Formats: sequence, C-alpha cells, structure tokens
Amino acid sequence: MIETQHLDITTLLSKLERAVQKEINTKNLKDPLIVGIHTGGTWIAEKLHSRLGLKDPPGVLNISFYRDDFSQIGMHPHVTPSHLQSVVEGRDVLLVDDVLFTGRTIRAAMNEIFDYGRPNQIILAVLIDRNGRQIPIQADCVGEKIMLESGHRIKLIGPDPLQLIIRDCESEST
Amino acid sequence: MTDLENNIQLGKNGRLRHFLSIDGLNKALLNEIMDRAESFTSVAAQTVKKVPLLRGKTIVNLFFENSTRTRTTFELAEKRLSADILNINIATSATSKGESLLDTIRNLEAMEVDMFVVRHGESGAAHFIASCVKPHISVINGGDGCHAHPTQAMLDMFTIRKIKGGFENLTVVIIGDILHSRVARSQLRALKMLGAKEIRIVAPKTLLPSFAESLGAKVFHDIEIGVENADVIIALRLQKERMQSALLPSGNEYFNRFGLTERRIEKANPDVIVMHPGPINRGVEMESKVADSPYSVILRQVTFGISIRMAIMSMAMHSK
Repeated sequence: MIETQHLDITTLLSKLERAVQKEINTKNLKDPLIVGIHTGGTWIAEKLHSRLGLKDPPGVLNISFYRDDFSQIGMHPHVTPSHLQSVVEGRDVLLVDDVLFTGRTIRAAMNEIFDYGRPNQIILAVLIDRNGRQIPIQADCVGEKIMLESGHRIKLIGPDPLQLIIRDCESEST
Repeated sequence: MTDLENNIQLGKNGRLRHFLSIDGLNKALLNEIMDRAESFTSVAAQTVKKVPLLRGKTIVNLFFENSTRTRTTFELAEKRLSADILNINIATSATSKGESLLDTIRNLEAMEVDMFVVRHGESGAAHFIASCVKPHISVINGGDGCHAHPTQAMLDMFTIRKIKGGFENLTVVIIGDILHSRVARSQLRALKMLGAKEIRIVAPKTLLPSFAESLGAKVFHDIEIGVENADVIIALRLQKERMQSALLPSGNEYFNRFGLTERRIEKANPDVIVMHPGPINRGVEMESKVADSPYSVILRQVTFGISIRMAIMSMAMHSK
C-alpha cells in the first residue's frame, strides 16, 4: 500500500463542497437532486447532502447492469438495486462518485439516469480526479486532482471512517 | 436423470449454464438466483424499463405447448434485459411439417442464437436440447411434461422469501394434483433445499405419485387437517389436459373436498399467504373470493416472475 496521509478526507470533502456550492451558484441550479454511485459515491453523496442541506433524499445508482465490461469480469451476485425516490425528469442532477478514473462508470451511470427520465442537466462531482481517462468525460467539481502510475489504483473504503487507499495492482498480481 | 442434470446444468466454474430442474442445484445457487432477482426489482421503477445486460444476444422462445403467463413473463424479462427475441410458433412452423426436434434446433443454431427457452409436453425435452446444443448456447426449461417447471418454483420461492423473509420457520402446504404437476415437483425440491420447516401435501389418493413422501413431505387427504397452522398455502391447478382417465368425478366434487375456502383458511395461521401458479379455475381449486382476498399473493407471483426470469437468464448467459 502507498502512503495516503496527505489525502485527508475531511479536507477533501470541504474542498469538494466549496466547488459544488460555486457550481450551484454560477449555474443557478434549482434544488439539485444528488445521486451517488454505489458504493463509494453514495458515501460522498450522503456527506455532501447534509453539508449542502439539500431537500430531496440522496439517490443511489448501482450501475452493475449498465457496465460495458460485465461479460469480461462477471457480476457480483447481489447487486443492490438502484434507488431514485425523486423524479429525474427535468431536474438538475448532481452526480457524485468517489474516484474518476477511466470514465466508463460515469458513462454507465449517465445511461442509467436517462432510463429514469430526461434531466435538465447533470453536474459531475468527484472526490478524486485521477489520470487514465479512456473516454472523453470530465468532472465539474473535484476534491483533489492526483497523478498515479498506470498500475496504481486508488480506492475509497468506508463508510465509517472513510479512508483512501492506493494499491500497486501490477506488483500485487505478479 | 439427476446426475446427468447435475453435470449439464453447471459449468466448470460451478456457475449456472443451463436451468433445467431444481435437482442438481444447491441452496447457495438458489439464494444467488433470488438475490439477483431482488436486484432487478428496481428496473420496473425506471421510466425506461430496461437494462442493457443482454444487448445483442438472441433468445429463442420455443413453446411446443400453450402458455400465457410463462411465455409473456419470459418475453418481458428478455425485453427488459435488452435481448433480441425470436418467438417460434410451433403450430405454424416446420415442426408441424414433420421436421424433427433436433433439426429444428440445428437450424436455429445456424442462425447464431444464444439461448433457448423451451416448453414441451414431453418430460426431458429441455434436457435433451441442452445435451445437444453448441457450447455457447444456454437452455432454460419453461416446463417439460410432468417433470419440472423450475422457473415457476423459483418465482414461488422468491415470493415466499419476499413476504415471509425466509423458510426456516415455515409450514408450507401444497394442495391438489401432485401427480401431474411439474410445478409441485420443482417446488417440493426447492422447499426442501431451502430448509422449509414442514412441507405438506394435500391431495386425493388418485392424484398422488408414489414418490411423494420420499421428497420429505407429509401427506394428508383431509384439507381441514392439512392446512392447520399453515404459513403458506399453494393451490395447484387441476390439469384436465394431462388426465388420461377419470381420476376425479367432477370439478365440483373436487372443490367440495379439496377447494380452498375462507372457512378452511381460518384453520391456518392468521398471516397465511395463498398462492397459485395460474391459471386459476375459480370454484374448483379455490373459492372465487379467496383468489381476491388479502391472503392471496397470486398477482405478486406474476410480477416477481419477471425478476426471477431476468435473474436466471442473465446468470446463464454470463456463465460462459
């Protein structure tokens, strides 16, 4: 495991909260509907939800059925169902994930959101924005931008306490 | 057939490859199917009731026997998984012109299909097809003769688990034509595998197969005693089309002796649920008002049938 002490969760959450608040003000978002991607994204979404005092309960997206790689990696047998209590149609959606890496998860999440209705706009907020994009997707609000070697993976574990860990997957698998 | 099915249903990795009967599966796998079905229950809440899991896969519905509920819920499940579907109408197909079952299968294989859902009047038909198809093709049994109807049994188990939470403390009573019922055979095995506390069968002697007690069920011929303290009552349809001789005088007489009435249900536990695989003969297997009563979960069975079929098909398709 690689040292991550410089990535203090509370500090990162505060930075992300300020970035989201700025986005809400500049884009004049009305009662944004916050939606977290299972599981790390939902933890971050819950924290942001209470910090920002949003009205609607946070939604949960489980994108397992929308992944583009399910036939290669198989699927976890028990996929927690997605849970969007509020209507998506016409809403300003604040989509939240823990780590933005290849961009594929976000693509799958946006596909799923559109199956619930047509949002007015989607804002993407991520705690960590790391290098390694494979499709042209970028975050609107970021807690911290970091550069990692290609074999390294950063992962949020939690929910209590939340902690970021970095692993060298290439050396672990060999 | 059990050993063969055991080998053929599961892939080398122990995952579900074909789904032919409850025999040869295990408790963990049955729970995995129900867990997966639970995950699919949210799809119906979407504006677009679809997930892209089986996008680009082709599923052939081969129904050699009539069916409404099973065929339509399979078709809906396939559509909600985004699969492409071929419905072969056997009555107007080449089979009716004399083509053999194997030739029909070989021709459909040549069209690069990925899965067969089979209903057939002969016991073992789905198993036969599974034993001859190419390795990338999965076969799902939608009911074969008097042998098995495992997707129906699984949707019944899922309904029980959803409402009762588990099986360990349950007394489950199955009433009716056990002899001709592939549903009952599959249910008995699934209930036993999942650890139901007590399994009872209530049936006339003429509609009871010799193996009934070997499946771990207690046999009753008096419905009033059979439903005492029951948590789940499953009424089976009288299968008139499968009866080769007069095993019963009339539907009316059957109702008098074995029909489920509100008065008889009072002997069961107060929170008992009443199930029926459909189609119901009102006034034969149960009083009409029982079918519409708060005890009845018959329509919820239909809804859960879609999720359970989505679960089974997605698991089998992704096991290779």
